[in-house]
Amino acid sequence: MLKDFSAYLIYNVMNLDRSSRLSDVLDFFVYETIKIFILLTIIIFVVSIIRSYFPPERTKKILSHKKLFMGNISAALLGIVTPFCSCSAVPLFIGFIEAGVPLGVTISFLISSPMVNEVAVVLLWGLFGWKITAIYISTGLLVAIFGGVVIGKLRLEKWVEEYVFKIHIEQRHEIIKQTFKDRLQYAKENTTDIVKRVWLFILIAIGIGGFIHGYVPQDFLVQYAGPQNPFAVPVAVLLGVPLYSNAAGIIPIVYALMEKGLSMGTVLAFMMAVTALSLPEIIILRKVLKIPLLGVFVGIMTATIIAVGYLFNAIL
Amino acid sequence: MEIKVLGPGCYNCQLLEENVKKAVKELGIEAKVEKITDMFEIMKYTMSTPGLLINGKLKHAGRPLPTLDKVKELIRVEA
Repeated sequence: MLKDFSAYLIYNVMNLDRSSRLSDVLDFFVYETIKIFILLTIIIFVVSIIRSYFPPERTKKILSHKKLFMGNISAALLGIVTPFCSCSAVPLFIGFIEAGVPLGVTISFLISSPMVNEVAVVLLWGLFGWKITAIYISTGLLVAIFGGVVIGKLRLEKWVEEYVFKIHIEQRHEIIKQTFKDRLQYAKENTTDIVKRVWLFILIAIGIGGFIHGYVPQDFLVQYAGPQNPFAVPVAVLLGVPLYSNAAGIIPIVYALMEKGLSMGTVLAFMMAVTALSLPEIIILRKVLKIPLLGVFVGIMTATIIAVGYLFNAIL
Repeated sequence: MEIKVLGPGCYNCQLLEENVKKAVKELGIEAKVEKITDMFEIMKYTMSTPGLLINGKLKHAGRPLPTLDKVKELIRVEA
């Protein structure tokens, strides 16, 4: 239905030539934009309501004194629904450690939270379909669990800044009470807030996507970064690590790259590297983690994401 | 009245501080608005920044930020 609307708009209302590249690009742009914004609004709204039941204070309580492994699984899952922004990563980290959440479990949460979220889900779903979305979510969770378990097993607490362990919270943090109406209101505000923050990125990204879609030859990238090039995955991941973007900015570009011959594993690995690891986040985490632990963190993440990329290229 | 904005200094914390100052001005209330960036202090009250503390009570935590009207309402209730 949406496809018809978009086609109608372009070929009938704007009266463009059906076979021209420009109309092809516009068709892609209009259709993808409408579809993504509808999905975005609905899914963020629903996720926001779920989120309102999991403020970080509650998540912290759930994860406190959890065992390695089971704790990491819960942390990765809670990472999806607990609201998180990179500027509150430091207070969150301190709060978790102070409440007795093990270091490895805290790390699982910190990995999963920015990587697997509703915006990523919407865009993947809208552009690649539900199968790829399910694969991305499950492997994202696996990466988060694995990274946290390894860091937990290595017992690297000595590389956490000492002051973190000195902070003691005397009074218990209160969770601000909410009625269901408050939650609906929160969901409405949160949806508006997120859409306001990402709409321009999405438009630009779909624009670039549309341009590549229409003007760059189909197999342009295959010769450089196709499945048979063994270096495609590590190069994509290493390029992605320092880059900073949220899911909104990166996915439509990634979509266009895939259309032009980049393989699925390479694309998903690139996206994970961009969202889970970034220079600004590493700088923020430096406030609580000493450099060796940061190095271990980045190293494990990079290696795991590269492995995931190879795995997908082999099976998909 | 004592109002504190809790946050390590990110963009959202600045926005909230601006809104609080505006609200105080528009309400014409005597209030001391202070920004708390010390992690030890922030952690006493919340993990979700930015936080809004009015007379020692946590009134808001995290994102999305409260609108100007909401901030005014929170202040008015305590005034």
